[in-house]
Amino acid sequence: MVEWTDFERETIQKLFENMNYEEVGPAALSRCLVVYPWTQRYFGNFGNLYNAVAITTNPLIAKHGITILHGLDRAVKNMDNIKATYAELSVLHSEKLHVDPDNFRLLSDCLTIVLAARLGRAFTGDVQAAFQKFLAVVVSSLGKQYH
Amino acid sequence: MLSVYPQTKTYFDHWQDQTPNSPHAKKHGITVMSAVGEAVSKIDDLKGGLLTLSELHAFTLRVDPANFKIVSHCILVVMAIMFPNDFTPQVHVAMDKFLASVALALAEKYR
Repeated sequence: MVEWTDFERETIQKLFENMNYEEVGPAALSRCLVVYPWTQRYFGNFGNLYNAVAITTNPLIAKHGITILHGLDRAVKNMDNIKATYAELSVLHSEKLHVDPDNFRLLSDCLTIVLAARLGRAFTGDVQAAFQKFLAVVVSSLGKQYH
Repeated sequence: MLSVYPQTKTYFDHWQDQTPNSPHAKKHGITVMSAVGEAVSKIDDLKGGLLTLSELHAFTLRVDPANFKIVSHCILVVMAIMFPNDFTPQVHVAMDKFLASVALALAEKYR
């Protein structure tokens, strides 16, 4: 069981309450595809991914970015049992989508950077620590059902 | 880095104040970042240009090279904070690639 401090709980709730899903989701996913091009392997039928401009303006990628970001909502609401919350999604990512779990970490890093750019100085070391801890728990839970 | 990855504080036991905003931490941050800046001018031969620094990290400081990834990530986050509009995905990938090359050159003398 993961222990959360009051600061961490409040920080995560606040970050997601103020989250602009329509901007952050697409920005994080498209950034991941540009910075770590091998992640494009999972998006074969998403259309034009030939260069950074194509990726960042691709509507299918944008829509999927929003979907993924909303996927975190469940964890935000169930911070005390993220592992169980994501058991089904973990199976989906391993059995059906065949995603290398290391990619979850790559996307997390991009999400952190996108949020940092949006929040500026408000994204302090402590806020970043809470956010990265949250994402690490999500990433670990998503990787749990792989075998 | 010291906040988000507290295990990195173990390398700074010799500082009285290991908090992220201490004068020691700030001064050292400038030292590290200046060295990264200098590496830019040696971009075509990082291995040669960073030889002495690599020896320092390998034999004297003995920093686990896994930490190079950690500090690189934190540098990228700060860049995003300081340059929200300029730190586009294209700039991000270039910086990430450069920092990874620096890390590789720094790890050269380890074994």
